[in-house]
Amino acid sequence: MSLPKPLMRGLLGKRLRFHLPIAFTLSVVAAIAFKYTVTEPRKKAYADFYKHYDAVKEFNSMREAGVFESVRPTGE
Amino acid sequence: MLRLPSVRLGGLVVRRASAALSSPVRMASHEVSQTVDMSQPMYWDRVDTPLPDRRYKDILTDSEKSLKQKEKGPWAQLSKEEKIALYRMSFLQTFPEMKQRSDEWKTVMGGIFIFLGFTGLLVWWQRIHVYPQRPHTFDPEWQEKQLQRMLDMRISPVEGISSKWDYEKGQWK
Repeated sequence: MSLPKPLMRGLLGKRLRFHLPIAFTLSVVAAIAFKYTVTEPRKKAYADFYKHYDAVKEFNSMREAGVFESVRPTGE
Repeated sequence: MLRLPSVRLGGLVVRRASAALSSPVRMASHEVSQTVDMSQPMYWDRVDTPLPDRRYKDILTDSEKSLKQKEKGPWAQLSKEEKIALYRMSFLQTFPEMKQRSDEWKTVMGGIFIFLGFTGLLVWWQRIHVYPQRPHTFDPEWQEKQLQRMLDMRISPVEGISSKWDYEKGQWK
C-alpha cells in the first residue's frame, strides 16, 4: 500500500523536450524530401521542355488541328 | 365509506412528506421519474474529474459514523476491511471498475452500419427516381473527341496529358 509518490510537475516540459526535436527534424526531412522528389524534377521537366521549343511550329500544328477561331487551317 | 377518504388523504400526506425528505438520498422510491436537484452538490464517477463534490453515502448508519470517527485517528490502526469500507462510503466505483471495458462499441458500430445501409438505399432510390438524364458529354464518342481536342490544344504539355502523347507517331508514349 506504500507506492512511491508519482511525478507531479514538469510533465509538459518533459513531453516537449522529447517531442519537439523529433517534430522539428521530421518537418525538415519532409521539406527536403519534397524538394528533391517534386520541385527539382519539375524544374528540370520545364527546362527540358523549353530547351528545344519551337513556338511557331507548335502554333502551326495547332492551327492545322483547327482549335483557333482567329486563324483557320491553311486549307480553308 | 365516508371515513375511508380521510384515511387515504392522511396516507397521501405522509407519503408526500417522506418523498420530500428522501430527495437528497436520490433513490427512485416514488412513481414519478426522478429529478436530480442540480443546486445541490452532486456525486459522480469520472476518470477525468476524480473527486466529486460530495461523498457517495451522505446518510451514514451508526456503525459507519463510528468508523468515520475512528478515521480521525491514526490510520495505521484501521484494518484493511475498514479502509475498504471507508472507501466504499466515499465512492461508488473504484478506478478499475470505472475503466471496465464494455460491449457498447458493438452497438455503436452496428448502429452506424445500419444507418449507412439505409442511406445507401435512399441514395439508390434517388439515383433512379430523382437524378436527371446523364449528359451526352459522357458518351464514349464525345469523350474521344474531347481528348483529341485537348491534345490538339496542347493542354498541360510539360508534365500533363499532352506530354504523354507522341505527336510524331500519333500514339501514347
